[in-house]
Amino acid sequence: MATRALTIEDVKTGEVTQAVYEHPFVVRLCHWVNAVSLFVMVGSGFQIFRAFPSFGAKIPQKDLINWPKAFALGGWLGGALQWHLTFMWIYIATGLLYLGYQVFSGNYKQVLFVRRDLPGVWPMVRHYFFFGPKPPVSEAYNPLQKHAYTSAIVLGALSVLTGVAVWKPVQFSWLAWMMGGFHLARLWHFLIMWAMLAFVFGHLAMVVLHGWNNFVSMLTGWKKHPEYPSE
Amino acid sequence: MNSRTDSRKVKNVSRRELLKLTPVIALGAFAIPQLQKPLLKGGLGFSDWASARLFRSGHLASTFADSDLTSFDKFPINDYDVDDPGVDFDKWTLTVTGAVQKPGDYTLEQIQALPKFTQNTRHVCVEGWDVIGRFGGVRIADFLKMIGADPTARFVTVECADDYYESLDMATAMHPQSLLCYEMYGQPLTREHGAPLRLSIPTKIGYKQAKYLTDLKVSHVLGKVGYWEDQGYSEFYGL
Repeated sequence: MATRALTIEDVKTGEVTQAVYEHPFVVRLCHWVNAVSLFVMVGSGFQIFRAFPSFGAKIPQKDLINWPKAFALGGWLGGALQWHLTFMWIYIATGLLYLGYQVFSGNYKQVLFVRRDLPGVWPMVRHYFFFGPKPPVSEAYNPLQKHAYTSAIVLGALSVLTGVAVWKPVQFSWLAWMMGGFHLARLWHFLIMWAMLAFVFGHLAMVVLHGWNNFVSMLTGWKKHPEYPSE
Repeated sequence: MNSRTDSRKVKNVSRRELLKLTPVIALGAFAIPQLQKPLLKGGLGFSDWASARLFRSGHLASTFADSDLTSFDKFPINDYDVDDPGVDFDKWTLTVTGAVQKPGDYTLEQIQALPKFTQNTRHVCVEGWDVIGRFGGVRIADFLKMIGADPTARFVTVECADDYYESLDMATAMHPQSLLCYEMYGQPLTREHGAPLRLSIPTKIGYKQAKYLTDLKVSHVLGKVGYWEDQGYSEFYGL
């Protein structure tokens, strides 16, 4: 897919730079709405979890963790459920809009991790974590990024499916059955949230380390000084 | 498509693209105290609306083998007030009112004369825990037929000896697994579990399974919804 690109000439200094249109509007919109929804879903999810912080039996109840109220949203179980059952629709709608747009526009190629990306993973890991040389950049996302973003999308879908199994274990009994029943579906829902949080922490760390430029591009769509050929 | 342009133009383009994101700020309405409550109420209402659409009258909740049962002593006793509201069994009747042909006081014997159904079903609490119990009783649908309930009525509401109250949409009340339950684990209900009569609705969340029933009303409109619902819990909460 041809990327929209610009050669910019600074009016004062005459300096010439490149810029590419990296993030289409729908992708940026979904990104920020989803950032808010995810925050609400996790916060209210913690408050809901506080009502029964265990995955065992009710009697005798063995709490897994006494989750601090400071990291919870909604004030009480009923309030948290209101947040959770409201924002889940925003979360789902954003997810569907994003997936639909990516598929129909062909923009999914930017993020989808495919077999061809496999050999590039280890060099990127070596570069990020073990001071290895920086592999050449040929497109918007490197193989490790693609792997992370593709995983996040899969986790997003799984968070919805496990959530539906917890919310409607009778009407969607086949979903609950696939997860080993209501009881385990609740555990999967919880574990998938942690996997998603692991992604978010990594994602935020990379933004802090790497880039104002990247951050701005998710706001305006345009990325200045791309490291890869703009066409 | 490389084209040369000057930096002012890029600034303008970027600003325009940034402004396109302003709708995201609308989510900030959830942070405004005056708007938060109605917005969340609307969201919960939408979820309830969707829940009612997702409910299928002919779809049964899973039933389980006796070996899957949670032992009776590990079946939690949840109440909002007292374990035992001190029902006088000798004087107990279920008082039926509303859109029915035969209102009045029904004794336990009259209710138990209807066909009995026993089922091992999952009881899911809104808190997140779940147990599998054995419940025996009569179908609410059969009882509604016996009292001559108006088939066009939309709700069945119940009141309890401990001042708890609940309501069911008619579709759920008519579901073949929705019981007026007088037995658990093959024994008459204990006082803690809601003797002499409680609801057992495996397609609903736990707080809908009201205990110590005293009154049943069939109605076209709903005033109060339920003890927890009126404090902000989901009104439909079908599983």
